[in-house]
Amino acid sequence: MTGLEVFGLGKAFDGLRVVEDVSIAVAGDELAGLIGPNGAGKSTLFALITGFEDADEGEVRFFGELLNNLPPERRARKGLARTFQIPRPFSHLTVRQNLAVAAPDQSGEHLLAVFARPGKVRREEAAIARRVEEVLAFLELDRVAETPGRQLSGGQRKLLEIGRVLMTAPRFLLLDEPFAGVNPRLIEVIADKIRALNAEGIGCLVVEHNIQALARLVGRLFVMDWGRILAEGAPGEVLARPEVRDAYIGGG
Amino acid sequence: MDAYLVAVGIILGIYMLMTLGLNLHFGFTGMINFGQVGFFAIGAYTSALLALAGAPMAVAFAGAVLAAALAALPLGLMALRLRIEYLAIATLGFSEIVRVVIVSEEWLTKGVQGLGGIPRLFASLGVGGNAELAYLGLIALANLAAVLIIRRIVASPFGRLIQAVRDDEEALRALGKDPAGYKVRVFMLGAAFAGLAGAFYAHYLTYITPEQFVPLVTFYVWMAMIMGGAGRIPGAVAGTLILVLFLEGSRFLRDFVPGVSEVEMASLRLAAVGLALILFTLYRPQGLFGGYSK
Repeated sequence: MTGLEVFGLGKAFDGLRVVEDVSIAVAGDELAGLIGPNGAGKSTLFALITGFEDADEGEVRFFGELLNNLPPERRARKGLARTFQIPRPFSHLTVRQNLAVAAPDQSGEHLLAVFARPGKVRREEAAIARRVEEVLAFLELDRVAETPGRQLSGGQRKLLEIGRVLMTAPRFLLLDEPFAGVNPRLIEVIADKIRALNAEGIGCLVVEHNIQALARLVGRLFVMDWGRILAEGAPGEVLARPEVRDAYIGGG
Repeated sequence: MDAYLVAVGIILGIYMLMTLGLNLHFGFTGMINFGQVGFFAIGAYTSALLALAGAPMAVAFAGAVLAAALAALPLGLMALRLRIEYLAIATLGFSEIVRVVIVSEEWLTKGVQGLGGIPRLFASLGVGGNAELAYLGLIALANLAAVLIIRRIVASPFGRLIQAVRDDEEALRALGKDPAGYKVRVFMLGAAFAGLAGAFYAHYLTYITPEQFVPLVTFYVWMAMIMGGAGRIPGAVAGTLILVLFLEGSRFLRDFVPGVSEVEMASLRLAAVGLALILFTLYRPQGLFGGYSK
């Protein structure tokens, strides 16, 4: 079944068309990649899909449902989760707290429940804490569980970024450069985690500049250039096409 | 001297309530509120007017808390749309509007003349002495309750969430949480503490005028919070203590500094407080208790 469907999406900033007539479809359990030179419009496309920017035209559908005009938090609650290219940990919260915040539907988020239903809040907190420990173990972040977000290394931040979206019980992940600024060994670790998540049935669309690592990871690749989709298909085949090579050589 | 210490203690308790409230706004949620004195004024006038109209003290106090919280509602809603810097200006403007309204709505507030004869609490214990001591006890109790409530909130999922709002709103939205409702609630809650402080103030002085509610009060509260450490509950307590120590302690400086007039001394006091704030921001920007700093 089609998980994420984008049809005729367009966006201009000050008359400059950053995303133009983009149509892509990714299955709900697929692992797909998106590449393109700097300024090709990848990050803007992510922002349009997740609601951080409003599209000028076109549609975003998620498991058949039209998402246009929904704010980012509503899209996230439907299971469409994103990470940020530059990780954005809650800097004064510990890794544990960073993860716990993201757990959905907490009655303890309501002041009344905090005072009127402490037992219920405590039970939920215990369940959230268990889930947090699972995610910590999965991402091998146990050692820094009590470290504040601002003291994490670049790689740890990338992992926390993934951990937080996992806490939201997502159906589909949009990962924005999960390998950027990460050492080669950790790239393989992160790639394995993404594979494992996909194996659990979570769909993924991964934007990445590290084309080799991405080609090994995904089954299908989209190439963007000048705001448009230039090519799509199996990684090996797509990367061999002359127009894709041109885009990369021409665009640096 | 004992009576003086009790009086200082009462003022300390009143400032502390305001600082605890501001700490919720800025220290824990990252909202810049430069209008805390506005909620303080609303609390003071509401409680005074209710008591003067013959309402029981409990009703007057509750009215002050409620009125301050309700006044914060539109501001809180505005805070959702405004960038943090603009919220600072909007709240500052709000507190000045409150003061101007108090000045001009003479039929209700007696304008610049001020409201006098505000009923005291513990009037049956007489004037001064035991009545003041009982009042100090009540304020201490109110502060204790405030600290316990805030501690509970901060340790709860709600508290975790508002700190995430402070650190990165957009990242929080990407996780499916809408910061709006939380910001409004925090705004009302922090204002309610200032409203309560206002009620205590009115029934202690028994005479209030608009010029007691100038922005300087807000900045005293900010100093207390910054010196103690924003986002730390003990910071709000210790910071207020330092502030009042400075404000009151510098009063006695005149005995030791020769050749300075009363008026000059008043200015020197302000300068001393300002210097303390500068030294804090230079050498310990996170405050005594290592709180949050932008």
